[in-house]
Amino acid sequence: MENILSIFVRSIFVDNMVFAFFFGMCSYIAVSKTVKTAMGLGIAVIFVMLITVPVNYLLLKYVLAPGALTWISPDFATVDLDFLRFIVFIAVIASITQLVEMIVERFAPALYNQLGIFLPLIAVNCAIMGASLFLPEREYANVGQAVTFALGSGIGWWLAIIMMAAIREKITYSNVPLPLKGVGITFIITGLMGIAFMSFLGIQI
Amino acid sequence: MNNTEKEPLFSAKNRNVLLSPLGSNNPITIQILGICSALAVTAKLKPALVMALSVIVVTAMANLIISLLRNTIPARIRIIVQLVVVSGLVILVDQVLKAFVYDVSKQLSVYVGLIITNCIIMGRLEAFALASKPWPALLDGIGNGLGYGLILVILGFFRELLGAGSIFGYPIIPDSWYISNGGFYSNNGLMLLPPMALIGVGIIIWITNSRKKKA
Repeated sequence: MENILSIFVRSIFVDNMVFAFFFGMCSYIAVSKTVKTAMGLGIAVIFVMLITVPVNYLLLKYVLAPGALTWISPDFATVDLDFLRFIVFIAVIASITQLVEMIVERFAPALYNQLGIFLPLIAVNCAIMGASLFLPEREYANVGQAVTFALGSGIGWWLAIIMMAAIREKITYSNVPLPLKGVGITFIITGLMGIAFMSFLGIQI
Repeated sequence: MNNTEKEPLFSAKNRNVLLSPLGSNNPITIQILGICSALAVTAKLKPALVMALSVIVVTAMANLIISLLRNTIPARIRIIVQLVVVSGLVILVDQVLKAFVYDVSKQLSVYVGLIITNCIIMGRLEAFALASKPWPALLDGIGNGLGYGLILVILGFFRELLGAGSIFGYPIIPDSWYISNGGFYSNNGLMLLPPMALIGVGIIIWITNSRKKKA
């Protein structure tokens, strides 16, 4: 139990997707202009992450890892499909994103119009691919831990984009040097937020 | 489109396609694409260089392949086709890196895989390769890869120089300068940490924008 809590807090604060690994920067910069759209995209990312990461975890454990196919027959003990990892992960992510897009279009057309082009782009959002790619390195013991990691990472990304959007809403009224306006100042603010988030380093629960 | 076929290989238009991503239309500072992987690998110059080369290869080849296939891909499933082509290429690059520069491949860790979701590649495929002939598409891919690599190398250079006092792992700052040896200098460890990459890109964007204003 303690372990799951620790993974959860770690993935939100210490290993934050945006501040520690720069995952999903493209949509983070492009969609963080207003809190409302940022909220929509953030929730979409949490949702897609919660589905894709456990699916990829199971695929990795029972199909892709070296010797993973032994549950079919012991003859497959030497089979190593690990080189297919990238293509399998991206296929899972792309198809689930398509599904989410259809669901949002059906049940929340207003949100669909607002997110516009960025919903299909979740497929190429590095945050989701990145979370899946971290799975073999982190060696989570069971699906529960993988789900916790996915939820924490999603919430971490959501938190980052919401904070950024709130700051950018205010900063439009500030007197920023002209060449720095827009994207430049966004990067620098993100860097400062990253330094602030570094104070979470070494937290143990 | 007959007149384009008679065009010389490096006509002014094609040169522009190749060179504009290096400066006035840089994928990172102007188009704000591909930041995801750009920042994490730049703490040292060597992984930054390897990453830049990998991205150049993948953008160029992906642009070429998609441009060759552009008339046969149905519009509805083009994203999936692009993803399959790109991930195939990235798997190749990953295996090559693992075989020949294993230590760098370990340092790059997940970021090699993240080339698949690098927005530069998808962005160029959507914006350019789907509507261009193979040769300009190849040039566009190389150009954008180079533009991306340029920023990576600049960032890597300054972060390694200021953060670790070395270039490619060779010490540049003389030993006698360091405080521990009775000198006055100390490396800025903050440069090696993730947030400084973000601030670094912010500063590069600032510089390019102010130069553009003057021109």
